[in-house]
Amino acid sequence: MSGRVLVGVKRVIDYAVKIRVKPDKSSVVTDGVKHSMNPFCEIAVEEAVKMKEKKLIKEVVAVSCGPQQAQETIRTALAMGADRGIHVEVTGKDYETLGPLQISKIMAALAKKEEAQLIILGKQAIDDDCNQTGQMTAALLDWPQGTFASEVSLEGDKIKVVREVDGGLETIKINIPAVITADLRLNTPRYATLPNIMKAKKKKIANMKPADLGVDITSRLEVLRVDEPPQRQAGVKVETVEDLVSKLKEAGLV
Amino acid sequence: TTPALKTVQTEHAAPQLYTTLHRRKCSSVSTPRITTHYTIHSRDKDSRWEGIEMERFADEADVVIVGGGPAGLSAAIRLKQLANEHEKELRVCLVEKASQIGAHTLSGACLEPTALSELFPDWKERGAPMNTPVTEDVFSILTEKHRIPVPILPGLPMRNHGNYIVRLGNFVHWLGEQAEELGVELYPGYAAAEVLFHEDGSVKGIATNDVGIAKDGSPKDVFERGMELHAKVTLFGEGCHGHLAKQLYKQFNLRENCEPQTYAIGLKEVWVIDEKKWRPGRVEHSVGWPLNRNTYGGSFLYHLNEGEPLVALGFVVGLDYTNPYLSPFREFQRWKHHPSVAPTLEGGSRIAYGARALNEGGIQSIPKLTFPGGLLIGCSPGFMNVPKIKGTHTAMKSGMLAAEAIFPKVTAEGLDSETTGLHVPEYAEALKNSWVWKELHSVRNIRPSFHNYFGLYGGMIYTGVFYWIFRGKEPWTLKHAGLDANQLKPAKECTPIEYPKPDGKISFDLLSSVALSGTNHEGDQPPHLTLKNDSVPVERNLAIYDGPEQRFCPAGVYEYVPLETGDGMRLQINAQNCVHCKTCDIKDPSQNINWVVPEGGGGPAYNGM
Repeated sequence: MSGRVLVGVKRVIDYAVKIRVKPDKSSVVTDGVKHSMNPFCEIAVEEAVKMKEKKLIKEVVAVSCGPQQAQETIRTALAMGADRGIHVEVTGKDYETLGPLQISKIMAALAKKEEAQLIILGKQAIDDDCNQTGQMTAALLDWPQGTFASEVSLEGDKIKVVREVDGGLETIKINIPAVITADLRLNTPRYATLPNIMKAKKKKIANMKPADLGVDITSRLEVLRVDEPPQRQAGVKVETVEDLVSKLKEAGLV
Repeated sequence: TTPALKTVQTEHAAPQLYTTLHRRKCSSVSTPRITTHYTIHSRDKDSRWEGIEMERFADEADVVIVGGGPAGLSAAIRLKQLANEHEKELRVCLVEKASQIGAHTLSGACLEPTALSELFPDWKERGAPMNTPVTEDVFSILTEKHRIPVPILPGLPMRNHGNYIVRLGNFVHWLGEQAEELGVELYPGYAAAEVLFHEDGSVKGIATNDVGIAKDGSPKDVFERGMELHAKVTLFGEGCHGHLAKQLYKQFNLRENCEPQTYAIGLKEVWVIDEKKWRPGRVEHSVGWPLNRNTYGGSFLYHLNEGEPLVALGFVVGLDYTNPYLSPFREFQRWKHHPSVAPTLEGGSRIAYGARALNEGGIQSIPKLTFPGGLLIGCSPGFMNVPKIKGTHTAMKSGMLAAEAIFPKVTAEGLDSETTGLHVPEYAEALKNSWVWKELHSVRNIRPSFHNYFGLYGGMIYTGVFYWIFRGKEPWTLKHAGLDANQLKPAKECTPIEYPKPDGKISFDLLSSVALSGTNHEGDQPPHLTLKNDSVPVERNLAIYDGPEQRFCPAGVYEYVPLETGDGMRLQINAQNCVHCKTCDIKDPSQNINWVVPEGGGGPAYNGM
């Protein structure tokens, strides 16, 4: 039992920022825009660090895939308590087409390389809202998955996961090694305080490329166009019920 | 008016005096608690804080700089340049409340590259984002329907030949990259919340903000103390009206021999416009409409040359305005409809919005700049050249001079100071002998010259005669009118202004504008707009001045809403909207609002503003 947990952290546009579509409609403007760690990834890091503090696991490794700036996100995870980081460098066009399938291949390769027992990811990223990486990673590794976790407890060689599902809460017990994806109510992430940011500078971040892991990151998807949602049209106020009925008739709705 | 109100009107009495009288008269309506911040309600006597670990982790640096703006970064860079030149080790730490360097920076801006060329003669090779040299310079006086062009003759302060239109946020971000390369430790996302003192009263350093305090002032599970950064000398570069500087003025009596600072608020938007209307390098300034001749202010519109057809435009209103019904935001919105402005914006779309207060006091308002353990740099003490509307070059130069003055002292073998925190009066001397002082001296009378019956026109005539012809060499120095907060007339003496409704294409409402600033704060924290006295807003600001904070805040932080029980109003503070402009702390007629720094990382997310 290696006692090692891999946590994936994604650098996304901050949730409070108003995004803008590029004039060429290829994607969203990211230059100079405020970015931060995906909120669900913060929860994932917190869960892993909590497990380490309870001495249930030995080491937390934070992983991020992306350009140079992804290292800032890894540093934040290190400041929250992760022990070391892995930066898988993906830049330019490759980064623009990087999606859940490629990430899960990378995570699976890393899990094998690092002999990880547990992978904790956020349930989804707030930029693409895919909700796929955790599930795909589990499938590639043939590991059980506990997704939308609102409670996680290690019980010997199994994990009990309480999942938030449409019908309510579902409790499952799965074998280790496993993939967990964190939902909102799993925990409240701690702040990355300045002394910890300073200490995190001394923690190691390993650099590698997807090719080093034997992963081909060519995308099978091509984004044709990105558009802003249509402007909400003004409503029409009517004075009487007769007016309402005639307007509905005009629109062919009655 | 009741006798209590009269007392306040005649004496501008301290709010405490007023409420003591008032309580005897009618205190059946109790004010709901608004302020929960520990700077107003100490945690020492608060039972919820019993047993909470309040020890702070401390670290030592040679120099600590508060504020990652042009002044702070220039000082940091200059220090490291000197350290490398002289092969000395120097630990320079810079804390900045924005989540990334440049995210709280907002300015027009036309940068005069003088200070930059001194700091980095090779700034072009280093890739400084100076992509738009000024090619056209236009100045106008606007009336409601027309535009009167004013020739910008060589020698007038607003001439921009040789300057660059920049997106200052991007420029500051680039300065941050240069600083990091030189080995400066930059810590964005951490706000300096407290000044620390040695036993001998000199400044020891700063402490960053605590995190994890709930809205009601109690500690949350994730509560953690801020960190102490100790230094031999601390540079304070918080920008216009810094909150720590406010404390330092009192602590060291730095303002006893200068006039109070006077300010303006600048609101800004960035638009992508129709390519056919785009004239990169064009600089437009106007005065006049929609402001009346006794309200100082004007507009700017700059065409950037950075690939996309972008324009940066905005409006400045002097905060010595007298009508409490004036809304700087709405003046800005209606100015855009002027026939000389609207065509440029038609067919375009707005992509950014923000606001910030700026200094207008000039040389008359510069306080004492040094004190044991620290110095003030940049717009914090205030080196803005008002008629040029430029303060970046002087801010940078002040940072560089500060670095040059403190370098020999912080690297000296022995401690050459009477106090544990270094006192470096050489910095003030160097500044007085530099081009900054000469420049500010020559324009010192232009802004105060607006305080005459003819207002704007008197001021322009004065500028024409005494600056253009005599280069500011007249032997007298005019005074400002006093504190901006004291200039408001009671609401009943003024007429409400009829502002047009925003059309959603050229002009917009406040809340959609605030959303564009990307501002946000952790919701569950004590409001950082603290009130010394929670009952003063309704009892004084609303009663006498009709709540001017509802109008001068460019982010909709202050709202007077009806009380849930009974009749009467209460002040609602929407602290999450705050864009850190500092206007409320400046313009509150009761001087009851004390802006303190919220949890680091909060505030606007400006991108190249």
